[in-house]
Amino acid sequence: MNHLLSTENTSISLRQVSKDFKGSGRVIENLSLEIPQGQFISLLGPSGSGKTTILKLIAGLENPSSGVVQVPQNHNRFGRGYVFQEPHLMPWRTVLENVALPLELLKVPSPEQKAKALESLELVGLAQSQHLFPHELSGGMRMRVSLARALVSKPQLLLLDEPFSALDEPTRYHLAEELRKIWIQKQMTIVFVTHSLSEATYLTDRAVVFSKNPLRITADIPLNLGLERPASLRIAPEFGKQLTKVFNAFYHEPSTSQKAGLS
Amino acid sequence: MKKIAKEIPFQKILAPLSLFVFLVLLLEYLINHDIVQAYLLPRPSEVWWSLTHDTVEYFEATQTTLIEAIAGLALSVVVGISFAALLSVSKWVEATLYPYAIFFQTVPLISIAPVLVIWFGYGIPTVIISAFIVSLFPIIINTLAGIRATDPALQDLFSLYGSTRWQRLMKLRIPYAIPQIISGVKISSGLAMIGAIVGEFIAGGGLGGLIDVSRTQQRLDKVFSAVLIASLLGILMMLALHILTITAFRRWRDLKA
Repeated sequence: MNHLLSTENTSISLRQVSKDFKGSGRVIENLSLEIPQGQFISLLGPSGSGKTTILKLIAGLENPSSGVVQVPQNHNRFGRGYVFQEPHLMPWRTVLENVALPLELLKVPSPEQKAKALESLELVGLAQSQHLFPHELSGGMRMRVSLARALVSKPQLLLLDEPFSALDEPTRYHLAEELRKIWIQKQMTIVFVTHSLSEATYLTDRAVVFSKNPLRITADIPLNLGLERPASLRIAPEFGKQLTKVFNAFYHEPSTSQKAGLS
Repeated sequence: MKKIAKEIPFQKILAPLSLFVFLVLLLEYLINHDIVQAYLLPRPSEVWWSLTHDTVEYFEATQTTLIEAIAGLALSVVVGISFAALLSVSKWVEATLYPYAIFFQTVPLISIAPVLVIWFGYGIPTVIISAFIVSLFPIIINTLAGIRATDPALQDLFSLYGSTRWQRLMKLRIPYAIPQIISGVKISSGLAMIGAIVGEFIAGGGLGGLIDVSRTQQRLDKVFSAVLIASLLGILMMLALHILTITAFRRWRDLKA
């Protein structure tokens, strides 16, 4: 039984999805979530709440125990990119070869692979480092390579699993600003999993807040901070207002959902 | 080259070498003063004389043994990696074939060497097979462990792009296992040398044949010369592999990249 259905529909939709894992029991319970095409959405929840599992369900790497996950047809093998918490590059491959990996697996002809990989590296500002090996790069550069790898097949859907959590603050700010620019330029759907409230507020247009054990939606907050978001937005008063909304949703769960969580 | 010199400090060579020189001098003294009987151990000076005067004989024997050991080891690398890749395909395949892999670890070579002679005759093929048998297991086990330890995130990435089993094996699992394969080969290189010499005991030729013949002739000096060369060869093979690891496979150092 395949729960992952491709549809003519343009949005990603999870309907009454539950997920059980052997040993840890029910991680996700009765989750329904609609993500329109082109939205930059963040999924916020405490660590261990199962945020990554949602990404894997959307990516088709996991199947739901019950319920339906629907993904638009244009999010096929070519149409998805995935970035992990750590860069996870292959140490025996150069930067360019690492970025070209998805195209290799998708059996794209090799001259095209190289050109597209280079194009993707240019997008993250690392074209000059194409011949270096991962061990010759800084943590921030590795993460950029990882991002370039995810973007190389020109995906309609980018799944990001706390990609900045291992980076220092200046690098994180810089990469976040660039990611927002790439999103504006490429018009794709981005699902951004994080436990950083400020990262979610700065980067995305909608924050969905989760509770833990099992994972449930406790708040769904639109973030109206405009399209272009310079790094300086982080110290602007309106940023503070939006952040407060997210903060309150994250730390003051409505009592109803808490009760439901216990049952 | 500088890096290699740094990784093998001077102290590590000088200290054991000094001990060796001391033991040689001690042995010479003990035999000269009849504290140790000459039929039990040869005088180091006689060993030296034999080494310098029968050089051609030793050189030819060494060459034969080295080629056989390397051929056996190469066969182990190819068969071992392929076998491990096969085992990694599924739990069922592993459960079915793993006991046969253990056979190579537990079989006493000396007891099957005569059978090998029946199958492959006297000479080089039997010796290569015997080197192969004893050096196979560490490569299978290390490759399998390396493949099993493959980064789960990268495995997910391969699934995401709908990779084939073959792509996953060749582009991810085997390259990922290379550092562990190399440590397996290091262990196996010493074993291949032992396997070759034991094989030569039965099938003749090389250093093993030389040791066997010299033993029957009560030429302890030649026995010890050959043993000395054999152990030096083992050390040199390990050293060569060590240098290979720290030069060719430096990139693997941080697998978390």
